[in-house]
Amino acid sequence: MTNDDIILRVDNLEKAFGGVKAVDKVSFDLKKGGVLGVIGPNGSGKTTLINLITGFIAKDGGKVFFKDKDISKWQPHKIADFGLARTFQVMRPYATLAAYKNIIPPLYSPRAKRTAKGKLGDRSAVAVDILEEVGFERDARVPYKQAGTLPLGYLKRLELCRCLALDPELIICDEVFSGLSMSEIASMVPLMERLHSAGITLVMVEHRLRELFQITDRAIVLSFGEKIADGSSQEIFENERVKQAYFGGEDSYVTSE
Amino acid sequence: MPELRKERLDRGVKVRAESIYAISSMKEIMFLIGPGLVLVILLLILPVSLPSFWQRIMALTGVYVLLSIGFGFLASYVGLVSLGGALFVGMGGYISGLLNSVGVPMFLSIPVATIAGALICTLVLLPVLPLRGVYFAIVSFVYPLFAARLIAALGIFGGTDGIAGLDVMPNVYVLLYVMVAVVIVVMFGMSRLVNYEDLGLVLRGVKDNEQAIKASGLNLTWYKAQAVFIAAAMGCFGGAYLTHLYGWVGMSLFATDFSILPLAATVVGGTGTIYGPVIGAMLLVPISEALRPFGTLRIVFYAVILVFFVVFFSEGILDYLKRKYEQFEHWVRV
Ligand SMILES: Nc1ncnc2c1ncn2[C@@H]1O[C@H](COP(=O)(O)OP(=O)(O)O)[C@@H](O)[C@H]1O
Ligand SMILES: [Mg+2]
Repeated sequence: MTNDDIILRVDNLEKAFGGVKAVDKVSFDLKKGGVLGVIGPNGSGKTTLINLITGFIAKDGGKVFFKDKDISKWQPHKIADFGLARTFQVMRPYATLAAYKNIIPPLYSPRAKRTAKGKLGDRSAVAVDILEEVGFERDARVPYKQAGTLPLGYLKRLELCRCLALDPELIICDEVFSGLSMSEIASMVPLMERLHSAGITLVMVEHRLRELFQITDRAIVLSFGEKIADGSSQEIFENERVKQAYFGGEDSYVTSE
Repeated sequence: MPELRKERLDRGVKVRAESIYAISSMKEIMFLIGPGLVLVILLLILPVSLPSFWQRIMALTGVYVLLSIGFGFLASYVGLVSLGGALFVGMGGYISGLLNSVGVPMFLSIPVATIAGALICTLVLLPVLPLRGVYFAIVSFVYPLFAARLIAALGIFGGTDGIAGLDVMPNVYVLLYVMVAVVIVVMFGMSRLVNYEDLGLVLRGVKDNEQAIKASGLNLTWYKAQAVFIAAAMGCFGGAYLTHLYGWVGMSLFATDFSILPLAATVVGGTGTIYGPVIGAMLLVPISEALRPFGTLRIVFYAVILVFFVVFFSEGILDYLKRKYEQFEHWVRV
């Protein structure tokens, strides 16, 4: 494997809040075009890991390389500008504005201007097109509804759209499936597969293992901030530490729904 | 006999969603542009109908209107509390005055002072822009105090006497209509910016949703700087204008009134719009000038008015009037 296959390399990232080690020397790398799952119980440091990679919180130690550049000390907007986009687990759209208006700011960004998404004429029209791509029904005028009134499934898509407007090379998704109904998830999985086959590298932080392993076969597992496993679904389900930390000894969580 | 029934003025005009209107008749168009039209007509007839004492106060009021629009814009749409009115006015005033004193005609020195002054103000405020909290308010408030002391201590730029003998506007009508034109352009321009322009949307995110803005690849500080530049340009124009109202520039252009009154005007007029601060300033400045004979006691009156608004009328005058206007009932034939 040559080095330019690797798009993202995380090297010994560390972060403590007070006495709590939220992320404890986590390392992994990811090939261009790949999909990596990040799983772990609540509070295991998944969101913190994303915040460290994308520059939203300061690192106690460790480095992040994206496209062979050391982005460890970069500011969040510069990292996004370089092609690494992310969603937020807790979404805060412009609640009183039409949904499509949420996509205007990323279309206004320097990156969108460079990649032509932002200069294909009217930003509003481009925004509605992007929403339609991820499943907002144009005919039902969903893009024009107030963002605050949309169901969770649409809000998660809105988050993805904010990323897609930047034409990113890698998207880190923070629990896009959580809180969704089975049918909403069922329509979300093909969407993620579509993004993957469009050449976007994905990091999927997830709670839902079954859906996750439909999209990827490789995941890392966090427990109390530590990486305790890294491998295929098979390897992860058979890993003793994972069974203990994540499934509490019994693996019913994985199979039951 | 025709039947009569009561109907609200906004009936059928305003559909449910915010700021989306379904316009179908002349009457409804009048409903929407009526208030703005009244304000513009008022501004246009005031210069020729005021007695000369009040004409000068109108000029001063115009400066405060610009400062208040700037304050309200930064506070309501960008999330920055600016007490930099005096900094902006002083900067614009001194730049125009200094240029004029070395022979640059005022019709050139005013625009130069507006742009260059706003640029300098933005640059000196740049270090505090990334910080959250009260730092911006404090630093923007302290700069003019510092500048005034510096000018007095070093005796530069005319020292405590200032620089006299500068150009003044040819007559009071030119003076006032220049201000009226600028206020109208700024008022509608800013209203358009915050409500309809994509930049306005980005700035709203800067205020309410910092994370999404950063994650969208937008540099927060850069957009704050643009907003500060816009507000500073309005203030710097005001300062340059005052210089050529008095034909003199001096340390009083750094007076704290310029920093505080816009805040009061925004409280009284109402936050969250461009027009609220305009109405606030148009009320407060004349009241404050009318109270001048009472000497320092006017501060007391002033404080009472402010407290009254904060406690009993916190929605501000504009929202109150807007509500009354939209809900105004009149009899119609059915
Ligand atoms: N800003 C913060 N301040 C203090 N503690 C935090 C903060 N963010 C996260 N934590 C703590 O770090 C740990 C990991 O949290 P998080 O990364 O949100 O986990 P996950 O996303 O896996 O549920 C938790 O113990 C959480 O309480
Ligand atoms: Mg989380």
